[in-house]
Amino acid sequence: MTTGPDDAPPIRFELRRGAITALPLALAVGLFGVSFGVLAATTGGMGALPAVVMSATTFAGSAQFAAASILAGGGQPIAAVAAALLLNARYLPIGISVARILGGGPLRRFLKSQLVVDESWAIAARGGGEFVAGRLLGAGLVLWLSWVGGTVIGVIGGEALGDPTALGLDAAFPALFLALLVSQLTDRGAVSAALLGAGIAIVLTPFTPPGVPIIAASAAALIGLLDR
Amino acid sequence: MTGIWGIVAAIGLGTMAIKAAGPVLLGNRPLPVRVKSIVALLAPALLAALVATATLGEGQSLVIDARLLGVGAAVVALALRTPMLAVVLVAALAAALARLAGIR
Repeated sequence: MTTGPDDAPPIRFELRRGAITALPLALAVGLFGVSFGVLAATTGGMGALPAVVMSATTFAGSAQFAAASILAGGGQPIAAVAAALLLNARYLPIGISVARILGGGPLRRFLKSQLVVDESWAIAARGGGEFVAGRLLGAGLVLWLSWVGGTVIGVIGGEALGDPTALGLDAAFPALFLALLVSQLTDRGAVSAALLGAGIAIVLTPFTPPGVPIIAASAAALIGLLDR
Repeated sequence: MTGIWGIVAAIGLGTMAIKAAGPVLLGNRPLPVRVKSIVALLAPALLAALVATATLGEGQSLVIDARLLGVGAAVVALALRTPMLAVVLVAALAAALARLAGIR
């Protein structure tokens, strides 16, 4: 017993903490991975292996569902690629927000940045624009494993597990984002940015392709310039 | 089927580049104070937008369905200081029950 948890370096502690926080989400993410696998392998005209490779490399649920459903509907490949990249464009500002904490050389930074998804980023947020690297990586790793694992189960016959929508799991994600948002509302600036961001997203939804409303909502953060 | 690997590669490499751009290009450089005050509000702004679109969005339309009931149940659970895992499960349960009752 020379190395108890108390002797562990902070990074290991934070990794574990991020992983544990992400566990409940891993269940929902895993089941949606299953449904992505089912969709892509049966109706998507995508095939099993491409679906699994896409989950492992793209690792972004909404973009993958968008691409798979466009392909399933007989849409153009370019439309599927554009929709997916548009949905993932929010990871540009998100990546900038965590740039400072993902240390190491370019290769290490590149690899770490691949574990950034909405959920791991939100779990790593400490408020006031501060993020904890260990929590982000621990959560990201757990979520990556459940997303890819779920996809594998889906493509080899996950229909048996049932429709995640019938289980209400599509309501789990807004509930999660809401729970994480509430912990971020520490001052008036954050509340204003949240209200403005939600407003922008709702107003733009009927008029722009999916993905654009969320990127546009990041403009709400510009009110940070007024605060000081 | 021949084009599928091209699509998988384009989306995968594109997403990797988007995610890596900030961390790889900015590195350890400290952000200017004004940029920092913007970044500080990115999390609430984007999380609120995600709540809105994940609750009401369906492609390019806004719909009211069982998800809204689920999120409503989550709001009640949050007000009662329920742990996050329970909040998420309450939302799923409420939406599942609503669908059982015939609400889409």
